[in-house]
Amino acid sequence: MRLSSSKLLHALGLTCVIVFSLFPFYWMIAASFKTQNDILASPPVWLFAPTLDNYRQVFSDSKVFGAVGNSLLIASATTALAVLLGAPAAYALARFEFRGKADLWFWFISNRMMSPIVLALPVYLLALQTGLLDTHLVLILVYLTFNLPIVVWICTDQFKSIPPDLEQAARLDGADQFTIFRKIYLPLGAPGIAVSAIFSFIFSWNELLYALVLTRRNVQTAPVVATSFMSGYELPWGKIMATGTVIVLPVTIFALIVSRHMVRGLTMGATK
Amino acid sequence: MADMTAKPNRGYRRWTPFWFLAPAVATLLLIGIYPTLFALITSFRRYNIARPREGFDFIGFDNYASVLTDSTFWASLGTTARFYVSVLPIQVMLGLAIALLLHKTGMGFLKALARVTLVVPLATTYAVVGLIGRLIFNRDFGVANQILNAIGVGGFDWLGSPRGAFTAIAIMDIWQWTPFCALIFLAGLSMVPGEIEEAARLETTSKWALLRYVQLPYLLPGLTALLILRSADVLKLFDMVFVMTRGGPGAATDLVSIYIQRVGFRIFDLGTASAQAILLLVLTILISRLYIRILYREVQ
Repeated sequence: MRLSSSKLLHALGLTCVIVFSLFPFYWMIAASFKTQNDILASPPVWLFAPTLDNYRQVFSDSKVFGAVGNSLLIASATTALAVLLGAPAAYALARFEFRGKADLWFWFISNRMMSPIVLALPVYLLALQTGLLDTHLVLILVYLTFNLPIVVWICTDQFKSIPPDLEQAARLDGADQFTIFRKIYLPLGAPGIAVSAIFSFIFSWNELLYALVLTRRNVQTAPVVATSFMSGYELPWGKIMATGTVIVLPVTIFALIVSRHMVRGLTMGATK
Repeated sequence: MADMTAKPNRGYRRWTPFWFLAPAVATLLLIGIYPTLFALITSFRRYNIARPREGFDFIGFDNYASVLTDSTFWASLGTTARFYVSVLPIQVMLGLAIALLLHKTGMGFLKALARVTLVVPLATTYAVVGLIGRLIFNRDFGVANQILNAIGVGGFDWLGSPRGAFTAIAIMDIWQWTPFCALIFLAGLSMVPGEIEEAARLETTSKWALLRYVQLPYLLPGLTALLILRSADVLKLFDMVFVMTRGGPGAATDLVSIYIQRVGFRIFDLGTASAQAILLLVLTILISRLYIRILYREVQ
């Protein structure tokens, strides 16, 4: 088989893209299978005898285990709440005209752009006063500030694509708005709802700033614990990289599932 | 935007949308507006919780005055701006190159694989990106220095030197967000109607002319979105930089979110930090307005 030089260049370029995207990720996973000696080798070794010791350490560390549990609980709960609150709101935005609609949109977009530090300061003080500091609840609520807009946006888009005739027909049969929402929009909009839920889970799972500021001992999330290993004299690199891998792997799989929607999710649909 | 042709409902009662919206709006008021107002009030008070003896009096615009004359605050905004203009051109150019590679016909399997792997950097937990950066850019056993040594440039102390640290966080940001640019541009390229692209290819063999006169108009909305979104992203960039450098060495990587976090949660001067946060919020609102005005024209 002969390849023209242009085809060869194309293949080479694409290979570079793949190496570029995966290299840091690969380097982390490789380090998670290295012994401390192999990691500290200078220059770094590319071929090594893999060890499972780091993962043994991670899975027997109750701190990591607890943190992953916390992350799982918080991300699931905030996602469920975001869908529960966001889907009905999305229906209203998709099918009704009312005053203040543009303002609501503006609010959602601003939230996508706002630095978490802006809310972290007052929420910290409020949580301090109400005793909510270091509870699951405070993170579940504060994560809604970015999850709710994502869910509302994606679901609005999805609901708009449902033919209005279906709704008109149902209304002629005497169905009220709530029945229409439940029987038509929820089932037909399910794919969009699922995508928005996955996004909401990924963002919550990945979040560090709020978790760092609003938690202490009890509800540290996985990124907080992974970061906390980064102090002290001799860093346990293998364990850190194994923890990193454990954190990143599940959300990477989720992200691959919604990869077709990635751009729309991240731009709030400004580009299609 | 989604199609706007769908007719709004007729014959519904006036309050129907209210019941669907109320739970979401009430929640947003509670978790968004109320804390923001609280921050606004705090920004007018002396509020250092590490020094409760000083009291929590209202001091008018004193916090704002001290923020606006605080050279470190301005320096952190300057560093943030410098970071933006350092990473964005590279992300845009690399992203465009990748998008063109993915748009080109042929190499189906390799293209599909490349398209999928682009999602990996985007999904990687930002804090973990920082952890990976610490390993890659380690002075003694980092792979970055190994590569530099191999090509004969010689390694250096990335995270220990101001320029090195700034470059290192820039490289990690470029790694994470170039795929985002690539995917946006790819979406733009696929909007070019097939007939037009075919016709243009018959007219010219110059790829540059094709890009400039046929494809560019379809890329511009995406580029505008990128310029605005990335500016907001850089203003809120915290996780990766916090893990990699904590803003150091010195103030080399002291981005604005890092600085405000330090004033609020290391020095515990929440009054000053709140004033800084409110100023950042105003900046963000301006950026959002711009985004909506330019990209959601058809909604308004």
